[in-house]
Amino acid sequence: MTSLVLLEYDATGIKQPSRSAVAAATALGDVHVLVAGIDLGAATEAAAKLPGVTKVLVAENAALDHLMAEPTAALLLALAPAYSHLLAATTAVGKNVMPRVAALLDLQPISDISGVEDADTFIRPIYAGNGLATVKSSDTKKIITVRAASFDPVAAEGGSATTENVTVGDMPALSKFVSAELSKSERPELTAARVVISGGRGMQNGENFKLIEPIADKLGAAVGASRAAVDAGFVPNEFQVGQTGKIVAPELYIAVGISGAIQHLAGMKDSKVIVAINKDEEAPIFQVADYGLVADLFTALPELAAELERS
Amino acid sequence: MKIIVPVKRVVDYNVKVRVKSDGSGIETAGVKMSMNPFDEIAVEEAVRLKEKGVATEIIAVSMGVPQCAETIRTALAMGADRGILVESDADLQPLAVAKLLKAIVDQEQPQLVILGKQAIDDDMSATGQMLAALLGWAQGTFASKISIEGETATVTREVDGGLETVDLKLPAIVTTDLRLNEPRYASLPNIMKARKKPIANMKPADLGVDVTPRLTVIKVSEPPKRKAGQKVGSVAELVSKLRTEAKVI
Repeated sequence: MTSLVLLEYDATGIKQPSRSAVAAATALGDVHVLVAGIDLGAATEAAAKLPGVTKVLVAENAALDHLMAEPTAALLLALAPAYSHLLAATTAVGKNVMPRVAALLDLQPISDISGVEDADTFIRPIYAGNGLATVKSSDTKKIITVRAASFDPVAAEGGSATTENVTVGDMPALSKFVSAELSKSERPELTAARVVISGGRGMQNGENFKLIEPIADKLGAAVGASRAAVDAGFVPNEFQVGQTGKIVAPELYIAVGISGAIQHLAGMKDSKVIVAINKDEEAPIFQVADYGLVADLFTALPELAAELERS
Repeated sequence: MKIIVPVKRVVDYNVKVRVKSDGSGIETAGVKMSMNPFDEIAVEEAVRLKEKGVATEIIAVSMGVPQCAETIRTALAMGADRGILVESDADLQPLAVAKLLKAIVDQEQPQLVILGKQAIDDDMSATGQMLAALLGWAQGTFASKISIEGETATVTREVDGGLETVDLKLPAIVTTDLRLNEPRYASLPNIMKARKKPIANMKPADLGVDVTPRLTVIKVSEPPKRKAGQKVGSVAELVSKLRTEAKVI
């Protein structure tokens, strides 16, 4: 039984959510991985070093740049016969591509798994994580996306896989990449950060997110936000933590001015330690916080920055 | 152009759901049901495209128990023109739903199908992409902006690092993200008018689709509960506890 994992990469190597997907695949047997796109030299090298991976498939083709759904699904469809499981992380790319592959193969995808029971049986959160469903698939092949926050990623180095170029057939020309506006930040990615500090409606405006920055700098934290803060335009969409945004499980999660709607808790309640700072002592966020500080964030945040600076 | 908008009846997003004590699923008896919030955004976008003169007809489709007709009525009150209800007692999973939708698309020949990016009950986030695959159409998922120009839909997508814009050849599939629009509330006159709009009834067999589930739910359990911790009195105490007790900074 061999699995194939679709990897995402950037200039620094294989992205952490993809390394979590490899970890999930390792529980199922042999693991091959796929890198696709253009200029794949560095990505191939990084993929070959992932512990537990025995083979790297390399699909170099301009049509696969940006891992658009239509060509990437066509590629996975062509590679599928050799594999029992096809996996990707539950990211914008994984969510976009994998269900398309599943339908092409007449399979029901198993989205966003948080646990592997056996080759056919998986655990996945439903209803914003208010239930954990154990589901058994009767399909001959499984198409899976993996909740990165639930699997410790494999290390970036330690393995030595072989590489193999795959021939890419005709790619569907249904869609065209136009442009991307990606946020440029020196901070770690939300889904990979050890510490996350998020602001909510209580921040009142985007300008006030500056109060969070010195703390994030000091702690090496990623900055996140509740849906309310994103909808109000305080910060861009990629900051959103929650059921329909990003799912994070850092060592430390600091929620500032966030009341704690179920949909937000769904995105962060697996964090190891949760801190809540809110002036409303009845806010539901305090029911999940390990440390709660009832305080006005406009005084607490500068104090916190100063306190961290001091020692 | 004609637009199809699938709408799902789900437990209202404000309801605090409970796992059934026998572990067979989520308690839905006596619980308030509503249209999936992302589907409301899809209906709103279709109605705006009609108001702009881009769309000529909007068909709302729902599948499942007979009460899904109410969800269709909500879409009709928001501005959809007619409805199609596919009645079934089966557990309709995304693959089956995508196949049923494909059969309806084959009959109706729309240029655009707008779906919610995910249903807030099963959180699968799959149906739109699967429908696109079955039809061999382009897909623009997690859309925060849609514009239609001739034979092309330009879709701005919410992706992990920010925004991405793609051109899709029509006909195409779009799935909605939160920032696409703010759905309207149906006015009372429109709710009244919606009662007179037609809803066609059919069964999966009429569409020639086998809806047998591929996933069996073995059990549903409660996630581990987090306990409320302690309140701290000051920022200094917080930092000290994070250092010496939690050891996370």
